[in-house]
Order: sequence, then structure tokens, then C-alpha cells
Amino acid sequence: MKTGAVLISLLQIIVMILLTPFLIGLMRQVRNRLEGRVGPGVGQPWRDLRKLFAKEPLRAPGTSWIQAGGPVLLMVSSLSVCALVPLISTVQSRLIPGDLFVVVSVLLLGTVALALVGLDAGTAFGGMGSSRHMTIAALVEPTVLVAVFALSVPIGSSALGDIVRARIADPSSIISLVSLLALVALGIATIAETSRMPVDNPATHLELTMIHEAMVLESSGRDLAWLELGSWLRLGALLGLIGSLLLPWGMATEPKPLAVLLGLAMLGAKLFVLASLLSVTEVFLAKLRLFRVPELLAGSFVLALLAVIASYILEAR
Amino acid sequence: MNSLAVELVAQIGLAGLAILAALLLPERKRALWCGLFVSGVGILGVLAGIASLSGVSGRIKIPLALPIPPMVFEPNHLGALFMIVVGAVGAVSSIFAIGYAHGQANSRTAWIALALFLAAMQLVPASADVISFLLMWELMAISSTVLVLTEYRQRNQVRSAALWYAVMTQLSFIMLILGFAILAKKSGSTSFASMSGMNTNSASSSLAFVALILGFATKAGIVPMHIWLPRAHPEAPSHVSALMSAAMVKMGVYGAILVATELLPGGHPWWGLLVLILGALSALYGILQASVAVDLKRLLAYSTTENVGLMFLALGAALLMRAYGLAQVADYALASCLLLVIAHAAFKTLLFLGAGAVLKATGEGDLDKLGGLGARMPVTSATFAIGALGAAALPVTAGFVGEWVLFQALIHGAKPADRLLAVVMPLSVAVVALTAGLALMTFVKAFGIAFLGRPRSAGAADAHESGAWMQAAMAIGAVSVVVLGLVPGRLGIQTALNLTRDSVGIASMSGLNLEKISALLDPVALFLLGVVVLVPVLAKSFAAARRSPRRRVDLAWGSGGMRMSPRMQYTATSYAEPLSRIFDDVLKPERDIVVTHSAESQYLVERVRFRQQVIDIFEYRFYVPVLRRLDRMGISARKVQNGRIQIYLLYSFAALVIVLIVASL
Repeated sequence: MKTGAVLISLLQIIVMILLTPFLIGLMRQVRNRLEGRVGPGVGQPWRDLRKLFAKEPLRAPGTSWIQAGGPVLLMVSSLSVCALVPLISTVQSRLIPGDLFVVVSVLLLGTVALALVGLDAGTAFGGMGSSRHMTIAALVEPTVLVAVFALSVPIGSSALGDIVRARIADPSSIISLVSLLALVALGIATIAETSRMPVDNPATHLELTMIHEAMVLESSGRDLAWLELGSWLRLGALLGLIGSLLLPWGMATEPKPLAVLLGLAMLGAKLFVLASLLSVTEVFLAKLRLFRVPELLAGSFVLALLAVIASYILEAR
Repeated sequence: MNSLAVELVAQIGLAGLAILAALLLPERKRALWCGLFVSGVGILGVLAGIASLSGVSGRIKIPLALPIPPMVFEPNHLGALFMIVVGAVGAVSSIFAIGYAHGQANSRTAWIALALFLAAMQLVPASADVISFLLMWELMAISSTVLVLTEYRQRNQVRSAALWYAVMTQLSFIMLILGFAILAKKSGSTSFASMSGMNTNSASSSLAFVALILGFATKAGIVPMHIWLPRAHPEAPSHVSALMSAAMVKMGVYGAILVATELLPGGHPWWGLLVLILGALSALYGILQASVAVDLKRLLAYSTTENVGLMFLALGAALLMRAYGLAQVADYALASCLLLVIAHAAFKTLLFLGAGAVLKATGEGDLDKLGGLGARMPVTSATFAIGALGAAALPVTAGFVGEWVLFQALIHGAKPADRLLAVVMPLSVAVVALTAGLALMTFVKAFGIAFLGRPRSAGAADAHESGAWMQAAMAIGAVSVVVLGLVPGRLGIQTALNLTRDSVGIASMSGLNLEKISALLDPVALFLLGVVVLVPVLAKSFAAARRSPRRRVDLAWGSGGMRMSPRMQYTATSYAEPLSRIFDDVLKPERDIVVTHSAESQYLVERVRFRQQVIDIFEYRFYVPVLRRLDRMGISARKVQNGRIQIYLLYSFAALVIVLIVASL
């Protein structure tokens, strides 16, 4: 049981590393096709990574160890999140349960690493991106935690594995009011946290509107490769989490090879569907003004709070 | 006399030695010996606390010359924990002071006040009766006021800061006397043992509770009584700020826990709600102010308000849950309160000492003038980074563990469908989460602006790493932040045992196990997971580095082929600009923008000057009007004091008549 859980965590990490670049490629490709362009194909992010690892990183005077250490820290955070979140299976190690607060905190460690990389070179753009990124992260956190609170109230545990298992046992709870409100809130929070439309335009290099790109502007070579891969992994893990909460079927409840294989296939399918969906919606959205973003986040926070209160009212009945 | 009593007596003796050394030694030897003696006081405090926690009981009595019972010092479990916290903070801060104290901070007065301050602060939680508690409390207040005044010659603001501090701390003292007097009258004795578990149903109990909580909250820097904190902390020498912020405000928390759980347990639900609301308000307001603060020590001071707010929130939640019969979860909330106390003591000491090192090396406390210190002060920057991680409650530091337990308690604290709890608990989670998010931003700003980027002033460009004593103190602080985060098991159990017995268990590798709500945290395992995923990443990095090493360039991204001047970097002010715009209604920043036009044409701008100041709305909306009214009352009272001797004689005659009439009744 114990080795099974460890192996599954390991498998999740490896699968996510292999899968997420294709996921990003898929999202870009879908967008390209919808906008009437040919697109470079789904393998392009992988080719980009290979190229970046082969290039030499440049170092400007005045930068510190953060320039090399920050990207590595982001990777550590993203990979740990991939190991902690139930993606293939609900089986979790007893030692490190995928407790939601732990997952969020580990994720925030990556956020901080990214923000420090932005500040390190001492340029105006880096600081700008870092400041905006942290502001959004600060406002997203209440939404995420309250949404998770709502999901954990009916089960009495904040461990993600338990929450997903309870959903497999009782599928009707997925379309309950509480769950839907919480998932919408969580979805908005994910979009904000991973710098997607309408909070940030991932395709932009238009200097004054960017958030994520502004922070990584000074990085090059393998530093940039880690930053890109780390950010993609965050998106992949969060999408996978929403997939597990929304469509928990097919996930392995026991560490058996066949069940794990099924879980793996389901994970691929879920990520494919969710990523395509996200990409399609992004085509139809315009980027929000920066100071409209708090309104969006406040809205999602209210949804999460409604979810919690609804969960008490429904339980009382 | 057993070991505990010996340690208590030795503490007083060492404090005496420190005072003697301060009086007799010449200036250049003074810092070393006084610092060592004072840190000895702290270490003995830690030992006494540990002895008391492990079951040794001991007491010392000090007779007073007054016709009242002698002072009795006998630390109980709760007090012992705070003795350890205060002692450890005191020891580390005074080691730092050996290298840091110079000029007026190295004067006789300053060292004597420091020794008295630490000794008094140790004896407050050791007190077993009201009289000794209040006497030590007052000694602590006075000696800390003297310490705040240390650098009064250098800066004018020091005097006004000390005045604010003195007034607030004495107000707190008056509230405490009122509250304790009510309790002493009801129980007929001044010892805490006979006061414990008093009846809470009468109106006088409620009055005593409110007076005591407000008194302790003032000392703890809770909103709206927090205004002394952001004034006193930046003006005091940094080791004193560390002691005040990491140890002294904890005395307020200690008092609140003492009152709420031992003297008046099982009160009304609104008592808990009061504490919780005070805490939530402080947490949010404190961190909002901290996130837009530009002075490093002012930022840390507001962050203290936030942290103490979280402790009060945890305490309030515990009281509320107890009132609704959720004893188990209430115990977890209380344990989280104590874990937060310990964590905050560790990281806030470290951060204030780091701020002191920066201040000494650059002469600048203003974040907008710092920058690039990471390369010039590697030890300070590394330790400050660890402290900042702790303050942002990120894994795996002490702060993270405390907040994790608090979250677990809050989400399990609303099980029975009760309307009040169903609204209060989710909102508390939201408050804690928003606080944690803003704390993240605040400390990324504090570390990133001060230590990364390029220097924004000449002082920052010429900075040098601090001396060996200061580095040692900061290293001890950094190690304790990480160790307390990695191995919370023993500590968590010890804190929980004091209050609750067997509710917290140890998970396999010294992790925390909250059995009754099936929540488990093992930071060591989490850390190992991080290491496991780090190895391949590093391996790949090194493999890539062998093929293509890092290349130094003059211009990485010049945006147009020109190296930008350091003044074009983001500053602390601009970093917090989005936040200050979002929370404009609460923060009310004052902005001055002066545009100077060129002489030839008013369409050409020659210079733009921008200045922003964030005021404390409580100060301007509440305290300033009250002070103005008091002033006016004072002026109108002058009419009775007109300097004529006949009138004064008439006053004393009238007073005598009144006294006689009252006495004859």
C-alpha cells in the first residue's frame, strides 16, 4: 500500500512532465486553428524546451543566485504539486496526504520563486510583472481556500484524495449546488493563478499588459526552460485537479496496475477535453483591464462563500 | 530549593550582574559583558521554562516592604511556555546587541534598561499572583519606554514615539488594574490559583473580561489600540524592536489566554466573538498597512499586528467553539494559537535583527532606497529570506505549521448546523487566507526590493556584511525557524498537552497528527519529497551547464540598447501600487504630484515630483480628534487654575469639608 502510493506519485510526476508540453501545444494549436492560422503543431513546446536547454543562459551584472535558483525552486514546487494532487488515483501516501492547504502552500512557493526572479534583474518590466503577479496571487488565495472549504465540509476532511473518493462513491454530489459553485470559483482562481485569459494573455509580448511574460523577460537558456516547464506543470496539475473533482470516474482507488492504466488514460482524456475547452473560451474572451481583475476575483470569492453557506444549509436540512 | 527555583533566582542574579557590569565597565568592554550576561538571563529563562514544562515545580517568594502578601513566582505550564519563548528571543537579541549596540544604544542606561526589561518580561509569566504580575508588568513597561527613548538625540520622532508608547502602555495598565481588581474582589484573594475558574455569569465578570482583554490587546498591538507599534518599533534600536515585537507583545497574548482559559473559562459566546473580531480586524488591517509600508521596520511592526491578530483570532475561535460544545476542535484552535506564538517569536526576531543589520550597514531603513544587498550581505540576505518565508507561512517553516493547524481547526469548527458558527467560520477562513495572501506579497516585496535588483542609493551600494556576533544571532534565528517548521511534532504535543491532553499525536517523522479530525501533517516527509524532485532537476541543470556555461553580459535586455538606471527599477511604493489602488477606501493614501513645466512652453514637462504617504486611518479618524478634544478641555480647565492664592486656599478648604462630610456618612 505504502510503496504503491509512492509509485503512483512518481508516475504522476513523470506523466505530467511528458504530457504538459503537449497539452500547451494542443491549446496553442486549437487557438491557432480557430483564429485561421496553421500553427506549429502540438510538439512545438517540446522542441522549444530542447532548444532552450542547449542554449547558454545570459547573466546581467547585478543579478544574484535567484536567477538560477528561482527557476529550480519553481520546478520543485510544481513537481511536488503534481505528486500531491490526485490525478491518476485517489490512493495517497499516509505520510503526505494531498491536504489542500499543503497543496496551496506548495503552489505559492512557486509563485514566490517566480516573483523573485522578476525582481532579481532590477528592471522596470520585471518588477511590474512581479508586483501584478503577487497582487493577483494574494487576492486568489481566499477564493481557493474557501472553495476547498466548501468541498471539504460534507466529507469532513481537507485531504483531496478523500474528497475525490467521496465523489466516486456518490456521483450525485458532483452536480449539487455546493459543488458547482465551488468548482466555478476554483476554475476562475486557476485561470488567474496560471496567468490565462482574461487575467493575462499568455501569447502577448505587448509590454504594458503582460504579467507572466514580464517576469521571465530577463531569463534565458535553461533558466527560461525551467520557468516555462514549471508554469506549464502548474497549469496541468490544476486542470487535472479540476478534472478529478468534476469527472472522478476511472481514477484508480487501489494501486493495481490495470486500474492505474485506466486512470492514466482517463487523465489524458480529461486533460485533453479541459485544455481544449479552456483554449476555445480564450479565443472568445478579451483581456480584462488590470484593475477589473479584482472584480472578477471578488465575484469568484462570493461564489465560493455562497458554496460554503449553502453546504451548511443543505446539511442542516 | 529545587532546580526551578534556583534558575529563577539565578536569573535575577544575572540581571543584577549585567546592571553591575553596565555601571562599572568602560564603554568598549561594556557591550560584550553586558550582552553575555543579558543573554544568560534569557538562557536561564529557557531552562526554567523547560524544567517547569517537564514537571518540576518550584517557587520563590520575595517579601515586599508593604503590608501586602509577598511576591510569588511559580510558573505554571502556560507561563513556562511563554518563559521559553521570551528567554530564547532575549538570548538571541542580546547576542546580536553585542555587535550592534553602539553610541547611545551602548550607554549605561540602555544596558541597565535592557537587563531589567528582559528579567521583568521573564517574571511576568512566572507570576503566581496579581500583585507580582502587575509589578513586573509595570517594570517591563517602564524599562521598555526607556529603551524606546534610547536614540532620542539622533531623531526628533523618537520622543513622540516614546510618548505614544508610554501613554498606550499605561492605558493598558489601568485597564488591567480595573479588571484584576474586580476579580480579586470577587474571589477575595490575589493569587491566580484562587481566582481560577470563576463564575462567568454575572455582569461584573463580563466587565472584568472586557477590561482585561482590552488591556492585554493594547499591549499586544491589536487594532484599534495598535498605533504605538508602527511608531515605537522603527525608532527603537533593532535588538530592542526584536524583543518588543517578538517577546513583549506576546505578554499581551499570554494575558489574554490566561484570562480566557484559566481565570474566566466557559464564558458567553459573545466573549469569544469579541476576541475573534478584534483578531480578524487586526490581521487584515495590519497586513494591509504592512503591504504598502515602505519603511522596513514599520512594515515589520504592522506585520506584528497582523500576526498577533491571527493569534487572537485563533483564541477567539477556540472560545467560541468551546461555548458551542466543540471541545476537541477548540483545543486544536488553542494549540494553533500557541504554535503561532512560537513561530512568530522565531521569525520576527530574525526579521528585526536582519532589518537592524541592514540599517547599520546602509544607514537606510527606507525600502525605496535599498536594493542589491544580496550580493553585498550574503549572510543577512539568506537569513532574512528564511525569516520572510516564515512570515509568509510557506512550507517548511514554523509559520506554515501554525497556520495549517489554524485552518484545520476552523474548517472543522462548524460541524453542528449552528447559524453563528456557519457564518463565522467560513469568514474566518477567508480572513486568514486573505491575510496569508497579502503577507506573501508583503514579504516578497520586503526581501525582493531590499536584497535583489540594483542599489537605489549610495548607502546601499557601499554596504558591507555585518560582524560575527550579529551574523551568529541571525544564523541561530534562521536555524530555529526551519527546525521549528520541520519538527513541529514534539513541540505541538508539548503545547497541546499543556492545555488539552492527548488531542495532538505524533505522526511517523515528528509530524503533527490531529486525530479527532483526521488531519495529518508531516513536514519532514514534505521536505523529503521536495528533495527527491530537486535531484533530477539539479542533475539536468548541471548537465546543461557543462555543455553551455553561464555567460556574463553587460546588457541582458536593455530595451533599446541602454542599461537602465537603478532609479527605473520598481520600488516598494510602486510594487504595492496595485494593492493600494484596490484597497484605496481603507488605506486612503495621500498622493502629491507636482509637475514643473519647462520655461519655454507649458506643454513640455521638465520635472515630475511624486510623493505618497499612507496614513493610519485609526490615528487620524479616532486618536487625533480625541486628543484635540482633550486639549480643549485642558485649556478650559485652566480657568480654575488662575494663580491667585486665595482661590487655591478656598479649594483646599472646600476639599476638606467634602472629605469630612463623606467621612461622617
